[in-house]
Amino acid sequence: MDKNLNIIGKSKPKLDGKERVSGRAVYGHDIELPNMLHARILRSQYPCARIKSIDCTKALGLEGVKCILTAQDVDVNRIGYKRDHPVLKKDANCQRDEIAAVAATSKEIAAKALNLIHVEYEEIEGIFDPFEAMKEESRQINLHGKGKDLYGNKNIAESFHYSHGELEKQTKRSKVIVSRRYELPRVTHCCMATSNITADYSTMDGRLTLYASTQVPFLYQRDMAHALKMDPSLIRIIQPVIGGGFGSKLDMYPFEPICALLSIKTGKPVQLLYGREEEFLASPTRQTMIIDLTSGADADGKFTFREVRITMDNGAYTSWGATTPFVMMQTYSSLYQVAACDFQAKAIYTNNPFAGSFRGYGNPQATFSIERNNDLLADELGLGKDEIRLINANYPGEITGQGLHFKTCGAKPALTKVIEASNFIRKNREKHKGRYLKGVGLASMLHVGGGAKIYRSDGCGTRLKLDHYGYLDIITGSSEIGQGSETVLAMIASQELGIPMKHIKVVNTDTDVKPWDVGVHASRTSFVAGNSLLGAIRLMKQKLDRKAAQLMECEAGEFLYENGLIKRDKKEIRIDKVAREMHFGSPNELCIVEYFYEPESSFQDKQFMGDVSGNYAFASQAVEVEVDTFTGNVKVRDVYVSQDVGRVLNPMGLQGQIEGGVATGIGYALTEEMIYEKGYLMNPSFHEYKLLTAVDMPDIHFYPIETLDEAGPYGSKGAGEAPLIPTAAAIANAVSNALGIEFLTLPLSPEKVLKAWSEKKQNELANSQSI
Amino acid sequence: MDENLIPISFTINGEKVSKRILPSLILIDLIRDQLQLKGTKPGCLEGECGACTVLVNGSAVNSCLYMAVNIDGKEILTIEGLSSIEQPLHPIQEKMLEHGAVQCGFCTCGIVLTTKAFGEECKKEGKIPTRKEVKKSLEGHLCRCTGYVKIIDAAEDYLTHPSV
Ligand code: FES
Ligand code: FES
Repeated sequence: MDKNLNIIGKSKPKLDGKERVSGRAVYGHDIELPNMLHARILRSQYPCARIKSIDCTKALGLEGVKCILTAQDVDVNRIGYKRDHPVLKKDANCQRDEIAAVAATSKEIAAKALNLIHVEYEEIEGIFDPFEAMKEESRQINLHGKGKDLYGNKNIAESFHYSHGELEKQTKRSKVIVSRRYELPRVTHCCMATSNITADYSTMDGRLTLYASTQVPFLYQRDMAHALKMDPSLIRIIQPVIGGGFGSKLDMYPFEPICALLSIKTGKPVQLLYGREEEFLASPTRQTMIIDLTSGADADGKFTFREVRITMDNGAYTSWGATTPFVMMQTYSSLYQVAACDFQAKAIYTNNPFAGSFRGYGNPQATFSIERNNDLLADELGLGKDEIRLINANYPGEITGQGLHFKTCGAKPALTKVIEASNFIRKNREKHKGRYLKGVGLASMLHVGGGAKIYRSDGCGTRLKLDHYGYLDIITGSSEIGQGSETVLAMIASQELGIPMKHIKVVNTDTDVKPWDVGVHASRTSFVAGNSLLGAIRLMKQKLDRKAAQLMECEAGEFLYENGLIKRDKKEIRIDKVAREMHFGSPNELCIVEYFYEPESSFQDKQFMGDVSGNYAFASQAVEVEVDTFTGNVKVRDVYVSQDVGRVLNPMGLQGQIEGGVATGIGYALTEEMIYEKGYLMNPSFHEYKLLTAVDMPDIHFYPIETLDEAGPYGSKGAGEAPLIPTAAAIANAVSNALGIEFLTLPLSPEKVLKAWSEKKQNELANSQSI
Repeated sequence: MDENLIPISFTINGEKVSKRILPSLILIDLIRDQLQLKGTKPGCLEGECGACTVLVNGSAVNSCLYMAVNIDGKEILTIEGLSSIEQPLHPIQEKMLEHGAVQCGFCTCGIVLTTKAFGEECKKEGKIPTRKEVKKSLEGHLCRCTGYVKIIDAAEDYLTHPSV
């Protein structure tokens, strides 16, 4: 882009930040409608049980109880990506299963009513281990699963196979081969606002309004309509301010149609809010995975092949999370140059809670396994951990084995930057003595940067309205979930049309008003919604240019848009005047335009070959840790992040995304784990499920790489998910570097680290004595 | 039923209020449900996240753990009380925006109030806190979006320039 940018690239505070910082922003929890009822859900007492009877008589007798629903009372379709998930359950398949739901005049009465519902269960021994579930003699866990027909095993929910190159030949030419099994834990989003929905059904016109914290309103509308057997157009989704998403709001969950049903049955608005314990029990998780990865390299350190088998614990039902292999296979096939790759992933039904999608979408797990193996390959070859990565780094123009086309690629610059900035080469060789041992680790990542064609369309619509007074409404299909995309949109419009930021409003919360968009996922919003907006601006400028030329009596052609003026040479006219003249002069039209943008990315074929994204993001992180060998405590001291973001649009917003992502990555590496015992969650509170706090935060050093990819707005790429993807891998590498111990699982909790350290010391002692 | 209700009087955001409440009423429910001040956020209702922070006689408390009867005779400040017609945003809030400390914002109001209380404490002791102390003061707050860095920056900026 050749013109001078005076807004893009400069830090701008969040568009509606003042509302949020002053307590005025209305989140789902803050909605109150007249005559509103309060709902609660009764969940299963057991992870696996037959339900013999449900008696609601007592609960219905309680004053204030307006409606109770069980599976028997509703006529609905199953939900979920595989339509294998009943909204209300006839039998229990996991601890979070919804058995009954109550609507009452107060929260207290609804809670009391739950205790009065009598359910008779017959407990069944559950299956909690995916390998167990795959055995021939195991019973079918989800009766709606199609695994038997599709994949030859009744408990396989979803299966992927991808390969490129000649595996056998590459195995033979490998000088070193490393094989490891990694186990990654189940973690959860911990959005600060718990799940919430308010449903308002009008018996007058049969329309349903949902105040829903979804990040995919149009897919949600369709899913809801399918569940309720309604016409989608009768359902209006209004998104309140969303208190954190991170992927958790990509699926529709049973509580949402349940709340809608309660409203439909009572004819009153109904609100359902999760408490924190319920949020832990019944909101989505990042899937736990068992990854068997074999990687090879030749004598020069070039990667030869990767062979990977992944077993994902799908839980009892299938959500979008089961499609994370789409993303993971890109990482295995194309993160660094790899001559051959064979990838298989299976999602296996168990009686554990079902897994959803979470920022990074399988990529933190995949990256962890690859980057651990890379360190081991380097060690065996006697190469530096920096060297092996630089030798194999992706490069501009590369078309990978899977067909991803890296038109621009900042992989090598990002690696080089963090290696230098962290003093990696020196620090990686340093040996420390004493109680506190330091180590450094390195990891890179590859992620889609321009959306991902997974759904039939990856597009976004934009409507622009310039009013008589020079104020602009951007009516965009895209959603804001805290990530700051609407600020970026306003910046783009301000840049292009010369309208001050404070005269721009972004309208994006109502499916009755906004045009279609696939939703917030795959780090796509700034890219796809940004391109859509630029398309709409082009159309609007054509209109304005024409009118301005007429009014200023000069030739048609391009004008300069600045400070609310449209100019060329010495002539200028106020933009609001042009809009007014457009309306009142002939041919009497409004300054409104609409544009739909569909990225050029292609749908992958059945073999998963194809250029799935508009562009690709690359990043490297170097992490320095200090391990206390007395307590096993790992302290992350410094994180060096370098990321190919195409172009920095809003430096402050970007930096916030980076820091937030890294923090979540550190939690994944060190503290977070949902502990399940036989299908029961043992730590459903912030007291036992530890998030980082301010005192745990390391210094984060960020070095953006600008590759100016022509597909993205001003050359930018998606950036939201990338920062958390390599963090855990880099930390694990750093801890290994510090202690000389390999870890195959996360989190690296003090107990785990301490245990490994004392075993190592004992072994050393035993060895020295036996000599 | 009625004789179970306990009369209390308190000041909230500068206004005097008298009420009869159940002894079991939790402060956050009084604030959000009865007084309709929705800026105080329910993040966990178990004293772990700090989103529900309000000031009672100038000290930051988790309103989800505080019994409403105990505010009798006291002064409460919620986030709404920081804004006035003349000055819509308090300097701490300005700093939060300036530093990009707000993403989803669910944690923000609690953090603003804690920082205000800590600032007053520092002023009383006549000290300017170190970055480490600023971090420590925020330890009771969880934020899933920002990674805290910008929040710490904003709080530090405010606390080390107390004249504003
Ligand atoms: S809601 Fe009070 S501490 Fe979380
Ligand atoms: S900004 Fe979202 S929790 Fe802090």
